[in-house]
Amino acid sequence: MDTFSLLFYTFAAVLVFAGFRVITAKSPVSAALHLVLAFFSASCVWMLLQAEFLAISLVLVYVGAVMVLFLFVVMMLDINIDSIRQGFWKHFPLAGGIGAVIAVEMAFVLTRGFDLPSAKAFPPDVAKVPNAKALGIELFTHYLFPVQIAAVILLVAIIAAIALTLRKRKDSHFQKPSEQVRVKKGDRLRVVKLAPTIEAPVAPAADAAPQNGGQA
Amino acid sequence: MITTITLGHFLSLGAILFAMSVIGIFLNRKNLIVLLMCIELMLLAVNLNFVAFSHYLGDMDGQVFVFFILTVAAAESAIGLAILVTLFRNRQSINVDELDTLKG
Repeated sequence: MDTFSLLFYTFAAVLVFAGFRVITAKSPVSAALHLVLAFFSASCVWMLLQAEFLAISLVLVYVGAVMVLFLFVVMMLDINIDSIRQGFWKHFPLAGGIGAVIAVEMAFVLTRGFDLPSAKAFPPDVAKVPNAKALGIELFTHYLFPVQIAAVILLVAIIAAIALTLRKRKDSHFQKPSEQVRVKKGDRLRVVKLAPTIEAPVAPAADAAPQNGGQA
Repeated sequence: MITTITLGHFLSLGAILFAMSVIGIFLNRKNLIVLLMCIELMLLAVNLNFVAFSHYLGDMDGQVFVFFILTVAAAESAIGLAILVTLFRNRQSINVDELDTLKG
């Protein structure tokens, strides 16, 4: 057994184990961490297939961004695991049956026609440049329009994710600098017209009126 | 003892992974977040097949397709998790059985 097969079987075993733990783990945090392991070993398998750029970007994009997002969400939500785990193994016979059918059908197909022992060489103009460069040339010459579509999809995803999760807090106090800058004298200084109070000349005390509304 | 790894080996690995994530979707029927993880695992299996075909058939287009799948999958999981957070904020639960407002 040469090194290539040894590495392949090692990575495949780790990948299958991690996938199994993802679907059977008790806590979602454990499932997410095993999914990280699955992505990492899948990127090692891709490395064996000489797709270096995709392997690196799988680690960067998935392990670095998507799985961290998953972990954030899992830890942010207060999930009642017990109620969710009820009847976990109830559907196992059906699920195992369907999975076995899928695997057997695939095995029928895969054992017949796909035993290419060695890789066909890439075309010479692709084979003499590194993988990332070859992928870039392919992307930006033949697939430029789909790349722009993908950019629009990512923009839509950003806007949708922000719009879905943004909420206005009603109880927060904050300054509005634009209004502060645009303030004028009239907004701050209020001139109140007051009726002048004129001191009435003190009349000589009338002595004969004790009953005409003393405290008016 | 097989000493050379053929295309069939990689495709079998992808098939095992895909079947396992189908089983996972059945088992974790109630837990929305593990359902999303199973979908990610399924996409990984498909991507593995694409990369294997691209290597063994000497065609770069398979890797380009994986690139686009990665893009769309990242967008999908971002929006999915945003919906999940909003859902949990409104219902205090991510149990799929309780999400029956539409009487489906």
